[in-house]
This record gives sequence, C-alpha cells and structure tokens, in this order.
Amino acid sequence: MSNKLMHKQQKVYIVDGSRTPLLKARGQVGPFTAGDLAVNAARPLLLRHDFPLDAFDEVIMGCMMPGEREANVARVVALRLGIPQTVPAWTVQRNCASGMQSIDSAWRNIKYGDANLILAGGAESMSHAPVLFNHTMVNWLGAFMKARSTGQRLKVLSRLRLAHFKPVIALLYGLSDDTVGLNMGETAENIANCFNISRQEMDALSVSSHQRLAHAQDNGLLEEIEPMYDKHGHFYDHDDGLRRDTSMETLAKLRPAFDRKYGLVTAGNSAQITDGAAWVILASEQAVEQYKLPVMASIEDTQWAGLDPAVMGMGPAHAMAPIMQRHQFAIDDIDYWEINEAFATQVLGCLKAWEDEDYCKNHLGLNQTLGRISSERLNIDGGGVSMGHPVGASGTRIVLHLAKILQRTNARRGMASLCIGGGQGGAVLIQNAA
Amino acid sequence: MSNKMTTKQADNLNHWKLRYDENNIAWCHLDMLDSRANLLSVAVIEELNSLLEHFEKQLPQAVILLSDKNSGFIFGADISEFTPLETQQQALDFLHRGHALMNRIEILACPTVSMVHGNCFGGGTELSLACNYIVASDDASTKIGLPEIKLGIHPGYGGTVRSIEHCGPLAAMNMMLTGRAVSSRAAKKIGLIDECVPLRQLKRAALAFALRAPARKPPRLLTRLASHALFRPLLASQMRKQVGRKARPQHYPAPYKLIDLWQHYAGNRTRMLEQEALSVASLTTTQAARNLVKVFFLQTKLKDQGKKTDYKPAHVHVIGGGIMGGDIASWCAIQGFSVSVQDQSPERLAKTMQRAQASFKKKFKRNRRAVRDATDRLIPDHRGDGITRADIVIEAIFEDVAVKRELYQSIEPRMKTDAILATNTSSIKLEDLSDCLQKPGRLVGLHFFNPVALMPLVEIIRGPQTDEQVVARSLAFGKNIGKLPLPVKSSPGFLVNRILMPYILEAVTMVSEGIPAEIVDKAATDFGMPMGPIELADTVGLDICKSVALILSTALGMALPDNLDTMTKANLLGKKNGEGFYKYRNGKAVKNKNVHSDNIQQVQDRLILRLLNEAVACLREGIVEDSELIDAGVIFGTGFAPFTGGPLNYIKQHNKENLQATMATLENRFGEKFKLDAGWELV
Repeated sequence: MSNKLMHKQQKVYIVDGSRTPLLKARGQVGPFTAGDLAVNAARPLLLRHDFPLDAFDEVIMGCMMPGEREANVARVVALRLGIPQTVPAWTVQRNCASGMQSIDSAWRNIKYGDANLILAGGAESMSHAPVLFNHTMVNWLGAFMKARSTGQRLKVLSRLRLAHFKPVIALLYGLSDDTVGLNMGETAENIANCFNISRQEMDALSVSSHQRLAHAQDNGLLEEIEPMYDKHGHFYDHDDGLRRDTSMETLAKLRPAFDRKYGLVTAGNSAQITDGAAWVILASEQAVEQYKLPVMASIEDTQWAGLDPAVMGMGPAHAMAPIMQRHQFAIDDIDYWEINEAFATQVLGCLKAWEDEDYCKNHLGLNQTLGRISSERLNIDGGGVSMGHPVGASGTRIVLHLAKILQRTNARRGMASLCIGGGQGGAVLIQNAA
Repeated sequence: MSNKMTTKQADNLNHWKLRYDENNIAWCHLDMLDSRANLLSVAVIEELNSLLEHFEKQLPQAVILLSDKNSGFIFGADISEFTPLETQQQALDFLHRGHALMNRIEILACPTVSMVHGNCFGGGTELSLACNYIVASDDASTKIGLPEIKLGIHPGYGGTVRSIEHCGPLAAMNMMLTGRAVSSRAAKKIGLIDECVPLRQLKRAALAFALRAPARKPPRLLTRLASHALFRPLLASQMRKQVGRKARPQHYPAPYKLIDLWQHYAGNRTRMLEQEALSVASLTTTQAARNLVKVFFLQTKLKDQGKKTDYKPAHVHVIGGGIMGGDIASWCAIQGFSVSVQDQSPERLAKTMQRAQASFKKKFKRNRRAVRDATDRLIPDHRGDGITRADIVIEAIFEDVAVKRELYQSIEPRMKTDAILATNTSSIKLEDLSDCLQKPGRLVGLHFFNPVALMPLVEIIRGPQTDEQVVARSLAFGKNIGKLPLPVKSSPGFLVNRILMPYILEAVTMVSEGIPAEIVDKAATDFGMPMGPIELADTVGLDICKSVALILSTALGMALPDNLDTMTKANLLGKKNGEGFYKYRNGKAVKNKNVHSDNIQQVQDRLILRLLNEAVACLREGIVEDSELIDAGVIFGTGFAPFTGGPLNYIKQHNKENLQATMATLENRFGEKFKLDAGWELV
C-alpha cells in the first residue's frame, strides 16, 4: 500500500469520448450485441485520433450481459477494433455502475503510474439478455445426451414435461436483488415511502427529463453520439426512447409497474430498458504531451459507497457525500451534476436526503446537511427516464456528458453519480481542463 | 521425430531434398531453386524421376511429398516451357515425360502421400492425384484446382483420368471445365482429397496415412454410374450446353475436347490416358492456347508492376459512398484493409453499408466471422475524420472539376504529409485537378471499373506532376488489393474507356441507322466479346456513357450519335431504370430472337475496326508503356476476347493489309472515323 502512496500521483485527463445512441428495447432482440455496440461507439472515436493504436496500455470495459460469444467482451471488442493483440483488455462488473467502474479502474492505473493511455467504457445490450432453460430442463438435456441406445432415449424422452419448457428470463433476475428479495422497482417504492415522495413529484421529474432531452436533441447538445448502421440499410442517430408527447396527464394514466395495486413507480417514471455503449479515452499528462492530445476534463476523485440493498437508489447520496467532505466543497462548488435516473423517485430521494438533517447525521455521518442541489444544474440534458439506462454503459455516458457540459458552459466542476443494484453508489468528480 | 531424421543428400539434387525418418519414410521436400514458387518444370520432374528410381531399388516404408516454400505446394507446370513447343509431336513428347512420372509414382510398391498446404494447381494436383493419398491443410490459403482450361488446354499429366476416378465425372469435369480451384474442405467433400486437417495436424495426418495405408473409398455408386457408357452421351451434351453459354468451340476448343475425351474414352483407362496426351498436344499448338498463355503472362506482367516497391497503407479513406466509392471501400475492407468511407449524411452511408454487407456476404458466404471482421474494418464516417488517419485517400465523388478542386483544397491540410490522394475520375485529366494542391505530386488516378468486385483491372493514372514514388506506391496498392494495376498516362479517357468508346459509339450509331440492337450485339459476341456493346452501354448506364463520350468527343473529335442524347433526355438510362436500348425484366435484357441481317460481317468490321484503330492510336501516343500493356488493359478492363491475345496481338496475327483495306472501304462509305491511324506502322 505504501508503495502506491509514495508514488507521485499523475493527473488523469479525459481526452475524448463517444457513445452510441441509446436504443429502446421494444420486445424484440435488438440489432446489436454488447460487443457490436461497443465496436460501433469506439470506431469513430479511434478514427479521429492519429496516435497508433498500440499506444493504449489497456482496454477496460463494463458490461453485465455480453453476447453468448463474447466472453471477456472487452478483449473481443479490442481485437475487433484492430487494437493490436499485445494490448490487454478486461471486463469489469459493478452492476449498474459497470461503465463507471471501468473509468475508476483506468483512473487508478494511470494515477499510480501503471499506465498512460487507456480506452475505458461500457456497453449493454439489454435486449439481448438471454432467456435460459430452467434447471429441470438442463438436467433433462444432460440425461438425454448420456442416453446411448434408442430405448434409453425413449425412456428419457417420456420424462419430458411441459414444465421443463418454462423459461428463465435473465433480465428479470438481473434486475432484482435476491439477498433482500426485492426487484429494483420495489427498492424505489421503498425510497418513495421513506421520503414521502409523491407520484406527482416523480412524474414531474420525468416530464422534465423528456423535455430536457428533446431540447438537447433539437439544439445539437449531444454531439458525443455517433450514428450507428445496421446490416439492412438503417441508421440510428438519436436516443429513441424520447417521447415528446410526455406530459403529467399521459404519465398519470400509467399503472404502477411493481407494487401493482398501491404503488407509485410506473414505467413512465423509471429508466427505460435500452441498448447502448459509451467510451472515453483517458490519458496521463505524459501521453497528452507525447501524442498531442486534446483534453476535455481531468478526473479529480472517485468514491464507492455501500448501503442497505432495500434502498439501493440512495447510492448517489452516499457516494457523493465523502467527496464533498474530502474536498470541503459546498453545494455551489459543483457547477453541474449528473445523477443517473434509474427511477425518478430515487433521484428525488437523494436530493431530499442531503437536505435532511437526520439522514445526513445518521446515514451519511455528517454534522450538518449538505444542502439543496438545484434542478437547473442537475441532469440538464435529460437522463435515464427519457433516454434509458443500459447498465454497462450509463456510468461512462454520464461522466462523458458531464465533461461535455463543463466544456459547453465553461464551468469548472462536475459530479457524476449513480445508484447500483445490490445497495451501492458510485461517484466521479471531474474538473474542466480548459 | 526430427531428431532421428537423417538427411540423404543424393547426388545432383537441386530442387528436392530427401529425408528419412525413423520409420524409414522418405520425406521428399520440394524447394525449387531460384524460384519463389514451386513449379513442375522439366528439371523438377527429372529429379523426382531419379528419386523414384532410387526408391524402386531401395523401397522405403512410404513416400511423402511436401513443399518447403511459404508460397504453397506446387503452382503447376512451368508454362514458359510450353512456348517453344512448335509441333504436336514436340508437345506429345513433352507430355509423355509427365505421364511417365505419374505412372511411376502410381505403381510404386509403397504408399505415397501428397501433403498439401497452400496453392496446389495443375501439374501439382495431377502429381498429388497420382499418389495413393492426398492430405491437405484446411488453411484459407490452401486451394486445389486444375485450371488448365484457362490456358486453352486441359489437364495433360493424367489429371483427367485420375480426377474423375477420385470424385466422379460430375464434380471432376465441373472443376476442369471451369478451371475453378476449390478449398480443401470442398475438395474433401467431393472426394478429391483424403483428409483435410488444421495445419498443426498435417504432418501427423500424412504420417498416419503413410503408416496405415488404409483402403481408399471408391466414389459412391451414383457417382460411378454417371461414368457408365449409357449415360455419358446425355451428360456430355448437357456439359456442352453449359460450356456453350460461356465459350464457343471456334474460340475455345479446349472444353469441347475435354468433354469429347471423357465421352469417348472414359470406359478404358489406358486409352483415355493415351488420348488425353494427344488431345492436349493438339490444343497446345492452337492459336487460342498460345494467346491464352500470352494473356497469362500479361497478368503476371501487370502484377509485377506493383512489385517495384512494397506499400501497404495502414488506413484507406474513401470519399464518396456511391456505387463506385462504396464498392471500392468494401473491396478494400474485404482485402483486409482498415477503411473509412465518407459521404455527406448518415442516410447515404446507410445505403453504402447495406450494399457493402451484400458484398461481404457474397464474398464470404456463410463465414460469419469473416463477414463480421470485414464489417468491422469498414467504418462509415460522415464527418471525414478518417482523412487524418489515412495513408491513402481515394476520391470517388461525381465528375465535376470545380467540386473536386474545392474538396481537395479542404482536405489537403488535414492529410498526413506523405499521404497519397487518388481520384477515381474516369474522364477528368489530372492536370486539371492537381494545381490546386500544395503538393501536386501526391495526386494520382486510381481508376476502378464497375463492378469493382468483378473487374480485375485498375488503371493507375500518372499525371505529368505525379511523383514517381506515388505512382510506384499506387501500383503496389493496386496489387495488394488483389487487382491488376496498369500504369497509364493522364489523357482523355485514359486507356480502357478511350478504346471502348468508339466501339460503343459505332454500335449506337448503327442502331440509329436502323440495324437492330440484337444484330449489333450478336456481331460482337460472335467475335468473342463477353457482352455486346449495346447491352454493355445499357449496363453501364447511358447517362454515364454520354458523359464519358462528351469528354472524349471534345478531346478526340468523336461525333456523338443523336440517339444517345434523345434517350438520356427521355430518361431511358439502361438497365438501372428498366429501359435503354433494351427493356429489362428481372435485370435481364429482353431480346428479340427473330432478327436477321444479311451483312453481319460488316457490322462486326465496323465495331472491331474502330476499336482496333483506337488501340493503335493509343500505342502511337504512348498512353501506356508498350503494346503488351495495351492488350492487357483492354482484355482485363473490357473483357475483350482473351483468346485473341488483345487488340494489337489480333492485328499482328491477322493480315494487316486486309484489315487496312477493310478500313479504307469503310472510310469511303462512312467517312473519316474510319481513317487509318498513323500508328498502324508501329504495330
């Protein structure tokens, strides 16, 4: 440990980044696997820089559900991108923050001098989440494979029942927490209950999310999106989950999605299930000089936090607080915030927690409240509710977009954070490099 | 194994190396002296004969033949040894030498195994077929074939007999008649070879066959039945019909001779072997075969143009995602290059990518990984970011001098200092484009032909300002993307379009005179053209024909027929919109079969002589370096009857005075366009 601390810490820059449009899963398997998405997002990014690809020390990628042919999908993607075989690649998982974990891992490796240039990002093809055979079926198949003679086979065949065909939907299990026996929507209902958040408040945030995304699309504020082309002559150039007709009225009509009878959380005030990928190039000062790289922002700090899985959506409040404390920041020291909208209620819960004396004292270990994060400075170009939350990619997406916002507004600091199924939070503090 | 291997350096062995392993198996390594590839030359055959003589006296456990070259197994006979064969008897003696060798291997009393990795063609395949077993690697580079038909002959070292014995008449004749090489996997499937394994297992597989000598499975009953005397006439007539669609007996006798050989002698091995040699001997001395051999060497000559320097760009950027630009980009991606393709909008690029996907599927069939990798290598790039990374930028936008110049000026500052700028223009002179550049020397023409995937030629256009190194690199690039690069001087129409255009315009004029299009096209296909000029014009697109013709007509004083103008104005553009000179149904021209002409010879003369006359003019003007390159360009760029050896070779082989006299008659009748070019003296 002392070794690392003794080492002179290097500054870590975000050089550039790109992402795919986020494509809403529409009950069909989408046109791209996680690997395809990652390749499509990275190709234009690598194309516009002229450093040799073997300049990368490694490729790190977050992904929860790679395609069935994509074991260690980061390596698959790196090779498909034409990055030389000598450059190692690894895949990271921290559930909903997998795309932030890759940035954190890259940041640490550069900071402590183990690397100079890293391609970090994440991808998720939620629409490709597998549908599996259940265990009875797997066992039956095993028995069938072992049967040698026709008689044996017939015997095994006779044991086959309709129940064997009941599928296991991996996505449903992926989006629930077996340690506490709750799915993610139920944990959001818990937060609504704790903080007394109303359906109207949730829906209002959701309407605003759609309006902000529409504004951003109309004004070309999402320049990190690279168009994606499928094999059939179509292209995708915008986040297609946006519903411009979303209003309090349309949202009010929706039924609760999780607590069916008395719940508040609906499909309309939750993040959409989408496919997407995002990348950033992270570089040390040395790499920036050597390859004459532009710089957008520097990564100043990161934090992970653990909390009760039953209210996992409070993760951002827990992960951002230590950063605020460590740097002795007041709310106004941060110019822009990105808190991933897994559920509208969970973002609202985090905001309320920082204003709540009891929560700050007893759950965050602070002497006083942190204060109110202005809605004008939070998720200003929309978020998960309007564009979706491909779990492997969202972490990279919000850090990249925050850097773009700092550039665009000439602002100084930004903080990106997200909640993590299983009861964690992650946060990244960045600073404009201009 | 290798530690116990003993090398026996037999006397006078230049090309073969003989090693024995601990099993007393004789491994015969072929490594032809002073040659990049192994050929079955006379010297190689003689040495192998002496080895066999040695084996006959001292029989080893088994014999394994293999290659020590990286380039492959054996590319076939040494074709240059054919050229001096003047009489049929000489050819027959030559062939008997090969036959004797094959028979000797066949009857050797120990097992013989041919171990194939890489290309195995012609004589190499025949040698392998004479062995008891063939084992081959499943590597993508391993291709096995009997391509003799492309040289106007057919297999002549017993290959006809043995290939049919291995895989039955249908598969074997198909392979010999098309000359197409097959992958080792396909070869295993049809029974041509005995085993197909990954390279890492190849030696063990060869060893296993050598030691175990398993019985060869005969072809299936149905396959054998096809060779039965009862069915042969019917099958043979089917084969003739099929061949007839591509080649006529008076132009290409070889396939017909091969079918005859099989039909008449398949029942008797000894006689078929005898007759095979006679048949090939008679073919070798035909004009067609000699010309096709010439064409083969022309191909080598073009490839050699690209070998003067080695140049493999790490990244290719193509501007223009239309049919030409898109096809160039996807072709380069297929060839393994990293490519970005630029067009104005994602909408247009989406079409480009769809078309590319179809090309990849066509090329790689069901090889999912190969399709994926080519797709990954082709990067749609609507902003043109690839310009900064590219070592070669290929411009393939529409033909407009001002727009091109503006584009060049905007991209040059973003290009790497030593990057090449190549234009695919088919009609604009390089001089008219280069002076807007900071470095005019970097501009070169890279003129591809449509369809890019099928047309083997690329004209490398050298402007007066083009750097020599840029020309050399462009030639190498052309070769490295699997095309035949032809260096051409920048002048209107370059070489291929210039020679083709008078021929097409004459055809169009004849149609305007009232001669049916079908007759005009028939006159051309009778001559040996793959497609008639009218159908060709329709396929290229009449609008494109017109624009090229316009440029040439101003530069070279060719008159433009009126009907070309009226048709394009009426939006009759040819195949692409369903109607031009012909109507198109399902992409096929609807032709009237009931047209007759009493003077088809004159139609043919008018077509061919205008083409010949223009080829002569190009020779005189030095558009390319020599007359061989003109012949090569016209054959590979237009499909001009290969058995003629090209237009200038045609003139040389026909009575020049007669041709000139016909020109004079035509000039009297049709005017100045048939005026003899001054260059006829030079031919």
